[in-house]
Amino acid sequence: MSFGVDIDHVREHFRLTARFSSAPGLTALFGRSGSGKSTLVDIIGGLIRPTRGRVAVDGQVLVDTDRGIFVPKHRRRIGYVFQDSRLFPHLSVRNNLLYGRWFAQNGGGASGDLAAIVELLGIGALLDRRPDSLSGGEKQRVAIGRALLAHPRLLLMDEPLASLDEARRAEILPYIERLRDEAGVPIVYVSHSVAEVARLATTVVVLSEGKVTAVGPVLDILPLADATDGGGVLDATVARHDEPFHLTVLASAAGELQVPQLAATVGTHVRAYIRARDVMISLRPPEEISALNVLPGRIVAIVASPNGAQADVRLDCNGATLMARLTAKSVQRLALAPGRPVFAVIKSVSFERS
Amino acid sequence: MTEEEWAAVRLSLLVATTATAASLPLGIAVAWLLARGRFWGKSLVDTLVHLPLIMPPVVTGYLLLLTFGRRTPIGAFLADELGIVLSFRWTGAALACAVMGFPLLVRAVRLSIEAVDSRLESAAGTLGANPLWVFATVTLPLSLPGVIAGAILCFAKAMGEFGATITFVSNIPGETQTLPSMIYTLTQVPGGDAGALRLTLISIAISMLALLGSELLARRIGPRRVAT
Repeated sequence: MSFGVDIDHVREHFRLTARFSSAPGLTALFGRSGSGKSTLVDIIGGLIRPTRGRVAVDGQVLVDTDRGIFVPKHRRRIGYVFQDSRLFPHLSVRNNLLYGRWFAQNGGGASGDLAAIVELLGIGALLDRRPDSLSGGEKQRVAIGRALLAHPRLLLMDEPLASLDEARRAEILPYIERLRDEAGVPIVYVSHSVAEVARLATTVVVLSEGKVTAVGPVLDILPLADATDGGGVLDATVARHDEPFHLTVLASAAGELQVPQLAATVGTHVRAYIRARDVMISLRPPEEISALNVLPGRIVAIVASPNGAQADVRLDCNGATLMARLTAKSVQRLALAPGRPVFAVIKSVSFERS
Repeated sequence: MTEEEWAAVRLSLLVATTATAASLPLGIAVAWLLARGRFWGKSLVDTLVHLPLIMPPVVTGYLLLLTFGRRTPIGAFLADELGIVLSFRWTGAALACAVMGFPLLVRAVRLSIEAVDSRLESAAGTLGANPLWVFATVTLPLSLPGVIAGAILCFAKAMGEFGATITFVSNIPGETQTLPSMIYTLTQVPGGDAGALRLTLISIAISMLALLGSELLARRIGPRRVAT
């Protein structure tokens, strides 16, 4: 399964140019609001007709403006989970879920699907309720189930967590992970949250002002992404638990990390996201310091912020990329420059299991 | 009440029901076109639909006579080929009432369709529903309160229609003498006051029942039209 996009879309004063093809798993379209992410998924889903270009899924051409091809959205078999769930208010949760089944061509064995997807999303208790009685998180889970039950060959998710508070997000993220790993449907996931992308994405497509600025695996791309909340991602496994101190030790390419105890068994694969503003830099191995995690590395690049007050320092820690956000003054005082070996002092780590 | 008065009440109910039932499908289709369609000549269609509302009813009735009269091409075709005679028959009264009620019906349904969140319709599209199915399973159910309101308005208009009806199909007892025509006739003859009053009360009762019925129906369907 694969899909490819090569489009130009002009709308008033905005121009979107995107060209990429995706790998299996979850492809995150990442960028600030107004970068064209939602327009791009609307084009893939058939809600918008691009000015020029081609969209193909699974070898089938859905849009080709040169050949005059435009497959309408109801014949694309592309599921779409909207930011606002858009559940049908006049139907029960069950009938919302089954809506797409009326039209799915390969309807065989679909009742088994309902049970499986209800179980996957944990919405069994909601089936006879009305959408207006559901919480925001429940609505989004039902919306995801509804899209899946239409047997899509590709699932689009446009900031599905944006309208939810932190607790509700935490409630849904594990379901999206299970979806990515178990449902076997490739996902295109729009987000402007680094934490979400770090946790979920297999591949990242970075959009900025209507242009694709980077495409690649999440570990390579995310540290480069132009984001206010920049950071680095480490792939790690749980090495052991330090019970007396309620800590967990993680092994990663960059070295060992000690973090507040995780409820995960030894050997579990986790993805750690380290925000740039949580990383300090020292020229010598710091001694007598409260921070537990100090990783050696080498400076790869220094990018100054537009107003010159701050700089993002990109570090290569034995192959893993970390970002540190420093003041311009610190950069000058320590005479930081690419190639210089340094030590990254990590104040805190946000852990994202995967 | 006299047998003649009962006949007028029965006829009016038959005419109004037929007129409403006949204009409902067409009215919903036109309302949908006006609400969601984008086509050349849309404002012309809009104007044509509203014409009976702003023209004197007598003019509408006369135009119907000119169009569907027995000796006009359309009237002759309908009578000879399909066996449908409209002029001076109750079917003609139903046609006149349908035409007069049509703008009210379309207006109510159109407003109601416009109030349906079009984001729900595009969501239905991504789930595989073609535009016709989207209309049948999302747009129509969600605009049902407006459809009911429009149908009641159309029915009420048909119950009270006088000018176009009497011009097109005259005032023949037992055939085209509807409730308003009968009341008019009774007020023109000496000693008809009691009968006119009785029919007036019946007319008020029917209107109130229709309104009550629509309220009850609308309440059962409930206010669940916005995207959640």
